[in-house]
Amino acid sequence: MNSAASAVQLEEVVFRWPRARQPSLAIEQLTIKRGERLFVRGPSGSGKSTLLGIIGGVNQPQQGRVEVLGQDLRDLGTAARDRFRADHIGFIFQLFNLIPYLTVRENVLLPLRFSRRRAGLLGGRGQAEALRLLAHLGLETMSERIATDLSVGQQQRVACARALLGAPELIIADEPTSALDADARGAFIDLLLAECAAAGSTLLFVSHDGGLANHFDRQIDLCQLNGCPT
Amino acid sequence: MRAILHLAWHSLAHRRGTVLLTLLSIAFSTLLLLGVERLRTEVREGFAGTIAGTDLIIGARTGQIQLLLYSVFHLGDATNNIRWESFEAVAKQRQVAWAVPISLGDSHRGYRVVGTTPAYFEHYHFGHDQTLGFVSGGPFQQLYDAVIGAEVAEKLGYRLGDRLIVAHGTGNVSLKQHDDKPFQVAGILAPTGTPVDRSVLVSLEAIEAIHIGWTPELRRPDDLKPRAITAMLVGLKSRAAAFQMQRFVNDYSDEPLLAVLPGVALAELWKFTAVAEGALRLIAGFVVLVGLIGMMTAILTGLEARRREMAVLRAVGAQPLHLFALLLTEAIAVTGAGLAAGLALLYAAVAVAGPQLTARFGLHLSLRPPTQSEWLLLALVFGAGLLLAVVPAIRAYRQALADGLIPKL
Repeated sequence: MNSAASAVQLEEVVFRWPRARQPSLAIEQLTIKRGERLFVRGPSGSGKSTLLGIIGGVNQPQQGRVEVLGQDLRDLGTAARDRFRADHIGFIFQLFNLIPYLTVRENVLLPLRFSRRRAGLLGGRGQAEALRLLAHLGLETMSERIATDLSVGQQQRVACARALLGAPELIIADEPTSALDADARGAFIDLLLAECAAAGSTLLFVSHDGGLANHFDRQIDLCQLNGCPT
Repeated sequence: MRAILHLAWHSLAHRRGTVLLTLLSIAFSTLLLLGVERLRTEVREGFAGTIAGTDLIIGARTGQIQLLLYSVFHLGDATNNIRWESFEAVAKQRQVAWAVPISLGDSHRGYRVVGTTPAYFEHYHFGHDQTLGFVSGGPFQQLYDAVIGAEVAEKLGYRLGDRLIVAHGTGNVSLKQHDDKPFQVAGILAPTGTPVDRSVLVSLEAIEAIHIGWTPELRRPDDLKPRAITAMLVGLKSRAAAFQMQRFVNDYSDEPLLAVLPGVALAELWKFTAVAEGALRLIAGFVVLVGLIGMMTAILTGLEARRREMAVLRAVGAQPLHLFALLLTEAIAVTGAGLAAGLALLYAAVAVAGPQLTARFGLHLSLRPPTQSEWLLLALVFGAGLLLAVVPAIRAYRQALADGLIPKL
């Protein structure tokens, strides 16, 4: 799996939501190379959520081929796709990334509870690694606080730590900065890029804000990529 | 699975306020359900234990439940007496091992006065075939000796040798007091948990004497031979003779009599009360159901607010089945804890209210472990809780599938 050159490979993918008349996503070809830091520009309604759901193995396209880290997702059952996601992908969302009833540390450790692979990679160092990541993100004093006690910016950094724990090959960030003010935004992106580089993870960053694109290796416009009128 | 348990625990702890309320509503409804059940069985056991060892109860012809209630439980009054000759005729039958007469109709400060013979102390059994025991003194020997039950002694503060007056009629305030006939306490009985505790026992002759206004100067003691009694308790040499003896009594030509088998009469009584019991159980059952539906509603309402949480869990790798399990686990924990708390409340209630119930109604609520039928009830409630919890769990499962990683709010 690690020998695959591309992190994500989409071919002739068409996705239609159940009970929808029109497909909401049609992508002829999309390749994200390993280690690449890709900016996907897409306003809401451009099929962004659908794309992330497909790569994450939550939504299955009616047509086409989706390969993540060399694994054809069509070959996996639903439970296996969930496990695959747990093992290889870290997600950061726009808001409410954290489980409100867990402490910051427990939130960061959450992927290890669902992924034996990531837990195994860290061995017994899960706790230490979680604290190291939190410290690195400037949250060392926050680890035992309940997630909802934190500011939005802090919460996003915790989500960042969680996505990175156990160094999954692919990080998917969906508008992670839209709730942050301009100063925090740049700082957050720099932090994320640095951590991804350190972990050797591929980063797929989705935002409607094209102004952020210059932080990345490459940018694509989902509106042009998606063959469906939106 | 450990991940689910961990999440469920923290999720419940986080919402402990509402969780506690749900838990309490289940606990109290369980208390009601178990309380009704326990009271019901204790009442039955208590009634059955009041006439242990008696094979037949004989009285004037009336309903068999009525005879049972007034003769043994001192509930209601006899419509008719039976003649002393009838008592003697029955008592001398070959199958009869013993016969104890009972004469009711008088009272002492609200407590029933029971006229009987010393044989009563030997043959009246209660509970699991226990005999009457004396705390002090012994059976009556002199004409105006009285033996008092444990509650009478305690409530009225009587000791051996104290004098008491018997009133005609059974009310607390009676019109005609036999105050020229002071009885003397000759014996105090140990507590039995039966109506005996609330009885004043005297000899049949004493009853006769107070009614004819006997004083030693007027007539000879021979005239104190009883003329009528209220009922009689009969023990047979062999249980098998019960039906034969019952037929003999019911066909007795000199006087209309009725003989009842206590077990049969009790069964008849329970058939009578079964409707009320059934209604109580039904109500208790519905209260439990309301408690469980409350829990289900709370989970369902909470589910909308937890969509983001579910999506986050999905993103870190949870399968929809995990979310199903999470909600089910939470419901199981709340139901289980509610049942346990209900059981604890039951024991607390028995410990606190038990002595009161014993004192007022002669009901013995013991601190015994749950019976099989109580375990069954608990299991039923648990099963119902589980069943209802499946509803929100399925909703969460389907929501997880529909929402994917980003809930459309």
